[in-house]
Amino acid sequence: MISKKNTKKIYFDLLKIRTIEEIISERYKEQEMRCPIHLSIGQEAIAVGICHNLNNYDQIVSNHRCHAHYLAKGGDEKKMINEFYGNSDGCSGGRGGSMHLFDQKKGILSSVPIVSSSIPVGVGAGFSFKYNKKKNIAVIFIGDAAIEEGVFYESLNYAKIFSLPVLFVCENNLFSCFTNINERQPKNLIKKISKSFGMKTHFLNGNNAIQIANKSKKIIEEIRLKNEPQFILLDTYRVLEHCGPYEDDHLNYRNKKEIKYWKENCPLKKLEKILVSNKILSKSSLRNYRLSYKKKYNLIFEDCKKSKFLGTKLNNIKLYA
Amino acid sequence: MPKKRILTASQAINEATIMAMKKDNSVYVIGEGVNDPKEIFGTTKNLKKIFTSKRVIETPISENAMTGLCIGSAMMGLKPIQIHQRVDFAILALEQIINNCAKAFFVSNSKHTVPMVIRMIIGRGWGQGPMHSQILDSLFAQIPGLKVIMPTFPKDFKGMILSAIKDRNPVVILEHRWLHNIKGDVPKKYYLNNINKIKKINNGHDLTIVANGYNLLEVIELKKILKDEKISFDLFDLNILQPLETNAIINSVKKTGRILVIDSGFKNLGIGSEIISRISETCMEKLKSKPLRIGLPFVPTPSSRFLAKSYYLNKKRILISILQVLNKKKIKNNLSKKIKSNIPIDVPDLSFKGPF
Repeated sequence: MISKKNTKKIYFDLLKIRTIEEIISERYKEQEMRCPIHLSIGQEAIAVGICHNLNNYDQIVSNHRCHAHYLAKGGDEKKMINEFYGNSDGCSGGRGGSMHLFDQKKGILSSVPIVSSSIPVGVGAGFSFKYNKKKNIAVIFIGDAAIEEGVFYESLNYAKIFSLPVLFVCENNLFSCFTNINERQPKNLIKKISKSFGMKTHFLNGNNAIQIANKSKKIIEEIRLKNEPQFILLDTYRVLEHCGPYEDDHLNYRNKKEIKYWKENCPLKKLEKILVSNKILSKSSLRNYRLSYKKKYNLIFEDCKKSKFLGTKLNNIKLYA
Repeated sequence: MPKKRILTASQAINEATIMAMKKDNSVYVIGEGVNDPKEIFGTTKNLKKIFTSKRVIETPISENAMTGLCIGSAMMGLKPIQIHQRVDFAILALEQIINNCAKAFFVSNSKHTVPMVIRMIIGRGWGQGPMHSQILDSLFAQIPGLKVIMPTFPKDFKGMILSAIKDRNPVVILEHRWLHNIKGDVPKKYYLNNINKIKKINNGHDLTIVANGYNLLEVIELKKILKDEKISFDLFDLNILQPLETNAIINSVKKTGRILVIDSGFKNLGIGSEIISRISETCMEKLKSKPLRIGLPFVPTPSSRFLAKSYYLNKKRILISILQVLNKKKIKNNLSKKIKSNIPIDVPDLSFKGPF
């Protein structure tokens, strides 16, 4: 079971991500963060719950929607925000933008916006752990559409046949941009596919951070011990548009009831309920935390926005190491 | 003078791989067939025996994920040598090569490196056909972040592969199947050959020739015939396609005033097009005759030897091109007659009996 202290930590991690994402959403119209953004609002619990059980040497790989994974794994928020502003202090010095977040010191190996492209890279990190006899694991965050790419199957096969310490975490938010999973995949394929590779497969509620942290703890320990890949499938929902800062419910590609259901099951609200009912934090302190986080991170955004680009000029960028 | 040590190119590749693996535990070999009885044309011979299957890894037929796996492991500090028995299979991995392999260093603000070697074997002859004999040199050379090399001589195979393995960047090695059995002096020691700057391998006055791979050997064989006519040439071994360093070629053209570039791949949009563009931009006024590029015609490779006959360049066609650049058409027929060959068009030498 997750201790009170850790429950609080999970809450603070989630609140931090939510706050930062909301500030991006508010400030995007200032037209200073000039790169595509894919906000994680509604999907943060998975990143927080899983990364709760990882150490700095464990590696994660992510995709276009990488903010939550990056922050949950301990990625430097200033470097992330600077990257959105195109600043030289960004994690990739302004070269990558929002879809290439990484932090070497924190075990965030790579985020790649081409769907599924980072999967084999994560498998490679797992391969390196086994090769060097390290007790670390690689976690591969993917969405439901990733399983439509050929390289996904190739990668499952490698992870299994080479017995690699890899955890696949599939966040099913039902949509690939605007296209529903039912238009893209045979029914329940996503639940069966990893099993058919002989992998232990788990189904979890993607909006319950505490439960995810609890259940994945055991899974991750088992992977460390046995060098065998496992697969977790989690249902969740993206609250805002696929790419950009706004809601897009007026486009009517998603069912109104469905939207309502998932908004009521917001991972932050869920967590707050747990905190209050278990008397870990009071309602008023939750309100205070929300306000103080907002203030704190708004100041960081303000700072980053003012920052000047002092990096290498294009002509001086080295092509080779 | 130390005694010469004659090895084939495939033996040289094998020796280089063993040396690198002995020197550095993080080097591993991976690919479809690396442990099979054919041993990638002898180039992976004995590797499994010496280094076990932990470091010599037979794989599923999944080039794209295999490449991603290599990239991920390289970003974590390992040094994979990935092998494709034909370039054409590597195309399945283009997404990983172009996105992750080539860009990791750039997109990580120079923090990640991908010290990875990808050996891709170019097929030719014996009916290989359109999907077993592509060269795609300019395709890979088009991608910033990759190094692309194409050794010809056994001693370069060894030294350049050792350099490629040691290099912190991803290096694509285009390896011509017809060069595997070429013999040459290969020093026994560990040594590194430059993979950043091409070299002039012959000095002359009348024209500048740039060639690589099998064509380069054909040019060298023409040397004597041309010498008899008192024709000499500067010859560049274009064994490094990226970084493409052309200053030495340009300086040579300033001296000779004449240039022939022989592409191993397509003439159309080939490396030769880039080299001649650079020459045109920098020293057009020094040219005494039109620059010339030759290479493969812009059609897929046909399988039949009757069709392949006019597909590939050969000594005679190269000679005619040289004479064209020199404006010496008169001696053409005379010299062409001196080139005789009893070797069929679809094999590198008479010992080659197929099938692959």
